[in-house]
Amino acid sequence: MYINLLAIDMVLVLDKVILVAVILGLSLLIAMYETWAERKVAALMQDRRGPNRAGPGGILQPLADGLKLFMKEEIVPGSSSRMLFILGPGLAMFTAMMTSAVVPWSSYLEIGGRHFDLQIADVNIGILYVFGVVSMGVYGVMIGGWASNNKFSLLAAVRGASQIISYELAMGLSIISLLMITGSLSLRTIVEQQQAHHYFILYQPLGFLIFLVCAFAECNRTPFDLSEADNELNMGFHLEYSSMKLGFYLFSEYVNVFISSAVMATLYFGGYDIPFVNNAALAQHWGQNPVAILQAVCFFVKIVLFILFFIWVRWTIPRFRYDQLMKLGWRMLIPLAIFNMLVTGFLILLRHH
Amino acid sequence: MNMWERMYLPAIAKGMSITFGHMFKKRPTVNYPEKQRPFSPVFRGLHVLNRDEEGRERCTACGLCAVACPAEAITMEGAERLPGEENLYKEEKYAAKYEINMLRCIFCGLCEEACPKDAIYLSETFAPSNYTRKGFIYGKEELLIPDPKTDPAGFAKARGEHGEEAPAVEHK
Repeated sequence: MYINLLAIDMVLVLDKVILVAVILGLSLLIAMYETWAERKVAALMQDRRGPNRAGPGGILQPLADGLKLFMKEEIVPGSSSRMLFILGPGLAMFTAMMTSAVVPWSSYLEIGGRHFDLQIADVNIGILYVFGVVSMGVYGVMIGGWASNNKFSLLAAVRGASQIISYELAMGLSIISLLMITGSLSLRTIVEQQQAHHYFILYQPLGFLIFLVCAFAECNRTPFDLSEADNELNMGFHLEYSSMKLGFYLFSEYVNVFISSAVMATLYFGGYDIPFVNNAALAQHWGQNPVAILQAVCFFVKIVLFILFFIWVRWTIPRFRYDQLMKLGWRMLIPLAIFNMLVTGFLILLRHH
Repeated sequence: MNMWERMYLPAIAKGMSITFGHMFKKRPTVNYPEKQRPFSPVFRGLHVLNRDEEGRERCTACGLCAVACPAEAITMEGAERLPGEENLYKEEKYAAKYEINMLRCIFCGLCEEACPKDAIYLSETFAPSNYTRKGFIYGKEELLIPDPKTDPAGFAKARGEHGEEAPAVEHK
């Protein structure tokens, strides 16, 4: 009996290990090409051509950039606290990659009569896990800025940390009204509910808007990139970083963009649901496996659209001033989120009676 | 600001539509090494020492170009043509040494205008980069146009697209 249990576990472990490896690789690959897309889209929006030397259309540019970062000298400032200085970028990258664990990438594959969920862990507190890990991302910024032993870095880190904490509040509140509808914190359940009914963007447009703005702030993306603020603080908290440690910081930002796109697509745009099609009927017609793959593709298309939106916003909107940022977060988004919560609660009660 | 303006979102949407529109506009950039912009007919580039149709050097080392040169970039040494060299030099006197310092030259084209023999004109090329200052002092090897008889293609290339027009400028 023990042997039998062990055998089952081994398949499960293998399944999860492969899934983890694939998803980590995929998020790194997507983050790599996000840098390329960012430069390309920025160029297009500014009537330039963008990278076009490395490979056709500059497609090998991320590799060249990575190679350059690897070749650079690794400098640890003498006055920095060495351990924390190295820990900072590692932590930023670590937290960025961890979030992908609870996102359902597709329904399930059927191999040899077994169901393989295309999700690393379907924990019943999925969203709370995302929030928990994302808020740990503050430590990457904070530790990096602190350990650099540099006024600008510290200033930027403090700004970044307070910004992320402030916007997490509004983000959490905007999610609550969504959770009042779903009644579940599991991301898979949320997607399945959207497959059965409408996408939650229709029920929660205001909540989505608040979540979107907060996601920009959480990722340190442009209207809210106060912790980097190239022209005020010389790259902010990663001013002292060089080589691949800098690369880790820059990269973790792109992984964060990817993950928050995935979370937004999951929560408000049906996740892996194939739009305008009854997924269950399609699965009966075509078999489960092709449909699962198509669902994953759909999900990635949604994610890519969100990523492009992130980039589009970055090259349009200038940075907020610090007081404007705080005003927007505390005096507009949080009251709006509470208002949204009240309206949602009222409507839910109205439907029950 | 009124309520509508304070919502930010309409203004942001407007800005985003502008940036989106720019994605489909024509780009003015020229992909330089693959595609080169044509020079204007009056472009003044590197100097060329001209030859006549039979491939003889036209320069007589009269020194008018050196006198005309405001940057004093031109130096030369004349020599007398010996018997048997009639196929090399057009007139009885020629430039044994002819140097232009490309770092001093301001590419004004006054040498071209001063020359009574149509021997020097400015072509359609830039002075290429170099590692030493010495490399910018161009002698006869660099300046002399290829022989039209032995190397007609090189001759045509050195003269450039508007080469025919350049020496034909009339002076008063």
